[in-house]
Amino acid sequence: MTFLDLVRKNLFRKKLRTILTVVAIVIAFAIFGVLATFQNALNAGVDTAGADRLMVTNKINFTLQMPVAYVQRTRSVEGVKLVSHADWFGGYFRDPRIFFAAIAVDPPTYLDIYPEYQLPPKHRQAFLSNRTALVAGKAVADQFGWKVGDRIPLKSNIFQQMDGSDSWDFTLAGIIKGESARIDTNFVLFHYDYFKGTRSFGGDTIGWMIIQTRSAKDNARVMKEVDSLFANSPFETETQTEQAFAKAFIEQAGDLGFIITAVVGSAFATILLIAGNTMMLTVRERTNEIAVMKTLGFASERIFALVIGESLLLAVIGGALGVFIAWLSSFALQNATGGTFGPMTFTPGIAIWSVVLMGLLGLLTGWLPAVRAMRINVVAALGGK
Amino acid sequence: MTDALIVIKDAGKRYMRGKQSVQIFDHLDMTIPRQDFVAIMGPSGSGKTTLLNLLGGIDRPSGGVIEFDGKRMDDLNESKLAAFRAGNVGFIFQFYNLMPMLTATQNVELPLLLTKLGPKARRERVNTALEIVGLSDRARHKPSELSGGQQQRVAIARAIVSDPKLLLCDEPTGDLDRETAGEILSMLQTLNRDFGKTIVMVTHDPEAARYAKRVLHLDKGHFSEKDLRQ
Repeated sequence: MTFLDLVRKNLFRKKLRTILTVVAIVIAFAIFGVLATFQNALNAGVDTAGADRLMVTNKINFTLQMPVAYVQRTRSVEGVKLVSHADWFGGYFRDPRIFFAAIAVDPPTYLDIYPEYQLPPKHRQAFLSNRTALVAGKAVADQFGWKVGDRIPLKSNIFQQMDGSDSWDFTLAGIIKGESARIDTNFVLFHYDYFKGTRSFGGDTIGWMIIQTRSAKDNARVMKEVDSLFANSPFETETQTEQAFAKAFIEQAGDLGFIITAVVGSAFATILLIAGNTMMLTVRERTNEIAVMKTLGFASERIFALVIGESLLLAVIGGALGVFIAWLSSFALQNATGGTFGPMTFTPGIAIWSVVLMGLLGLLTGWLPAVRAMRINVVAALGGK
Repeated sequence: MTDALIVIKDAGKRYMRGKQSVQIFDHLDMTIPRQDFVAIMGPSGSGKTTLLNLLGGIDRPSGGVIEFDGKRMDDLNESKLAAFRAGNVGFIFQFYNLMPMLTATQNVELPLLLTKLGPKARRERVNTALEIVGLSDRARHKPSELSGGQQQRVAIARAIVSDPKLLLCDEPTGDLDRETAGEILSMLQTLNRDFGKTIVMVTHDPEAARYAKRVLHLDKGHFSEKDLRQ
């Protein structure tokens, strides 16, 4: 028998009560894991945003257009290294309910400005050289089972072709992988020139520009200069860092971070009371036994460690099971959403936070009962007082 | 008998009961030689258990000196007293006080968790202790699966497993029938006679006291020696 065996045997002496408490902890950690995964997916764009990348959108609303000529003028601003542009297609494949981003881009500059999108050189060449080529993010390709060389008809819920059709035919030239699991690949890219030349309206306009600055230190000055360049024009611009843009985009749906924190906080406050109460009851019921252990020579510090060990073990068992469920759920969520909200990955960061929370839960729920156990007066307890 | 294991000089014990101070005994002197087997009798409230608690280092006197093996123990701090108990004293209670979730083996092993012995050495010691009390065949049973007498034997094995010099027994047969009580008391006699354990036993029962080498009667804070064997 070891000290840990003693902790374990104490913990499971009232099996039903311990199991019910473990279940409550499992639920709390599963909620935390799933919501953290969800928040992580939403924040993926913010977290992976390039520090030296700026987004230029129409000042009135980012859904409004701006002339493509802005691209050339922006290139002349001091501190600008690269400029690319993009336009929202509003596309879908067969089922409009399955969301992915379909974006008309200037392929060479766009791929250069986003080095985290990994495309094999052969596929990159195929994409650049074919006007009707399309590259798909891995999440989309996996979702629809696309393979390189497939003919992909995409429909738009915004645009029509000049002939009245709402469908554009593309050839899949390659599949883009993210350099890490956190890179969102729920998108397809195709040639802006092909799109512009076939759409029935929109003319020489684009949705937004992406600027890569020479250094992040230039960001503030470049943002100011770009916006002043187009000030007092019919298409005034608003330039912000990619991170700020991504954050603002997420917060359109409300402060999800606060909502998630509130839900997780409530779950943990409840579990703190449940587990704390269990530990308190446990120690109260064992007053006589603890007094006997002290009589046998167990010092107060050892008694403290025994009780804290029990509450930590309780938190770790429940927490680990909850985290395991959350980890499994991340795959189910990814399949269910198809990456609509970003990549649903249970990251090492969430795992580390879970471990920290397990430790905190164990310490907080065990502290008071452990102090109480440590202070049990042997003479009074053995005398039944 | 050889030199003294325990010497109590001018010891007193006072408790606060609410706002009232209650004197249990005062100016108490006592010497317990090594390998003694002494029974302490006396009316309820005479301070028998309090005296046992002082001898075992689970309580401190309000005044006076208590020496164990030539060293003062009344001025030790709590953690040193815990170490003293673990190394020198085995306790046997009236209601056995075994851990219900542990088997007989694990209950006996409990005090050894405080030592530096490895698993193998601990196992050997536990087996020896269970053999001495004649319970090797019940080693894997939990207390709820044992009779009162068997539980008290496990408690005795637990008390002797770390080879303490002193065994303190608080009404060890108070919860047992006459026959089983006799077996337990004979076992204590064996531990005293054959294994050299010094035993101090508190009891109300004159029959139990007959098993001791001498009987001390504690009343109104003073001892008087009686020979119940005559």
